[in-house]
Amino acid sequence: MTLADMPSATSRTAAERLGSVSSGNALELRGVTKLFGALAAISDVTLTVRPGERRAGLGTNGAGKTTLFNCGTGDFLPTTGTIRLFGEDVTSFPAHERIRRGLRRTYQISLLFGGLSVADNVYLACRGVSRGRFSLLRPRVNDVLVTRAAELIEAVHLTPARDTLVANLSYGQQRQLEIALALAGAPRFILFDEPAAGLSPTERSELVSILTNLPGHIGFIIIEHDMDVALRVAESVTMMHNGRIFKEGTPQEIENDAEVQELYLGGGSHG
Amino acid sequence: MTYAVRTSGPASPMLFERVPPLWWAIALVLIAMPLFASNFVLFQIFGWTFILGMIGLSLMFLAGYGGMVSLIQMTVAALAGYMVAILGTSGVPAISLGWPWWLHIPVAILVAALFGTLVGALAVRTEGIYTIMITLAIASAFFYFTRQNYGLFNGYTGFNNVLPPQLFGIDWRQPAPFYYLTLACATLAYAAVVYVARSPFGLALQGVRDNPRRMGALGFSVTAHRILAYTFASVIAAFGGILLVWQSAQVSPGTAGIPQVIDILVIAVVGGIKRPVGPFIGALIYVLLRVFSPDVLLAVGLSGERFKLLIGFGFLVIVFFSPDGVLGLWEKFKARRAQSRDPLRGDRP
Repeated sequence: MTLADMPSATSRTAAERLGSVSSGNALELRGVTKLFGALAAISDVTLTVRPGERRAGLGTNGAGKTTLFNCGTGDFLPTTGTIRLFGEDVTSFPAHERIRRGLRRTYQISLLFGGLSVADNVYLACRGVSRGRFSLLRPRVNDVLVTRAAELIEAVHLTPARDTLVANLSYGQQRQLEIALALAGAPRFILFDEPAAGLSPTERSELVSILTNLPGHIGFIIIEHDMDVALRVAESVTMMHNGRIFKEGTPQEIENDAEVQELYLGGGSHG
Repeated sequence: MTYAVRTSGPASPMLFERVPPLWWAIALVLIAMPLFASNFVLFQIFGWTFILGMIGLSLMFLAGYGGMVSLIQMTVAALAGYMVAILGTSGVPAISLGWPWWLHIPVAILVAALFGTLVGALAVRTEGIYTIMITLAIASAFFYFTRQNYGLFNGYTGFNNVLPPQLFGIDWRQPAPFYYLTLACATLAYAAVVYVARSPFGLALQGVRDNPRRMGALGFSVTAHRILAYTFASVIAAFGGILLVWQSAQVSPGTAGIPQVIDILVIAVVGGIKRPVGPFIGALIYVLLRVFSPDVLLAVGLSGERFKLLIGFGFLVIVFFSPDGVLGLWEKFKARRAQSRDPLRGDRP
């Protein structure tokens, strides 16, 4: 459903409310521009992703992929344009309000809580999207969120390290923990920012199995330079260049596109 | 041992988990103290240590768990003391309202908590050095305001004869009762901070300290958490402030003058700002230096008025050798002892 399809203002708000439970796009960016001073990190980006859709975001360094994510999650607000999450206009919402509505993200450079243990990190992620964030009472041993956190730690194979301080984890383990934090609560749409960067081949195939085994209703966008990972988990591809959407299509279409090969895959820019 | 306690998950057993024998020994000595210590030691040394330790603890909570260095804690404490004098009884009956203790003490703590929350709401919009500057500015403003305002704060003289209520027929300003009163309050405040540090609120605060941006991306409102941390810390500081006013039986602008405001920072940093026990160690060192340095100086033929020189020098030495304060020194010592053990058999050569 797009803005043009919506009949009137009143039914639009009703549709927005419904959109969060039934139809509509998972994430919808319209004409989003982000300026840093005079530099446009992204300009006039329009992008729609259906619920459950798995999309790869490609592009050279500086193409604006991470800026797009930062605008999407509200790490900073776009200069112009609107952002809708499951039909709801979240353009001016701070990050935590968007996260509570089912959006998740991971960071290219791990942003974790180094002074806390793995278990505490994941517990915080579970607590952040549920009630009782300000509770002064310690959780009980059989607390549902503690159990859920333990399951998530198991899912990313970190159970042996659950009591380790995050600052003491290896790089690969920190990347796995990033994913666990993004899966906490009931995620509906996830933005993965180069989750495979710096991982060993074994860790990469583990990552691919985690991503392909996500429940069907969870869609995601994955920014990834490793084509092996990106094209194995994605059903559609958005290619960015110089802050703009350059091409959209299926992985096959993108791979076989002459312009894309010129720009990115073939490395023909210097030829 | 302590490391295991600190890093254990939220599912770990509660309060009396794995208390090391050293702690039981300290607890026993503290409880039995009035049997062998003089009134001066009980009232002046330990009473004062527990009070300053509590106010330092409120700073430790903000700085150690929240990453926010606030200079407002002494002012919050003094405001609670002022409220007890204004709402309760004092030597200035023209101003004091004479409310009963069960009313004026909770209201005093509430007012101080509200004030601390307001200051927090202003301060959390800044980071690092700017937080220090904003809180210092408000602390100075409070000092000058109380000194010039005669209608409510009785200006330069403040309030004298502010005494604790005679509950259960006990004069709580007698050395032993006052010792136990401050010991109980300090223990409660310490336990509250230790307990809350592992609660969702405390964990989230440590998350905000380590990585505010990620906390937002996990669904937490960073600003709300920081402001509520000020509220929690203010309640602890308020209890300390009321006890402080009862101990000296007076409150005046000098209670929260700039030197006193800075002293709280010195106490917390010297003791160690990363763990709740740090400020109490810092307070004990501060009080001992404060009380005995004039004697030491006189003994070596210097003027006793220069006691601040010794305090400053002690502060320099500790911070120079260990940025984590005395607790940091202790941990270094433990690490070295562990290193000198035989790696295979675990015993020392």
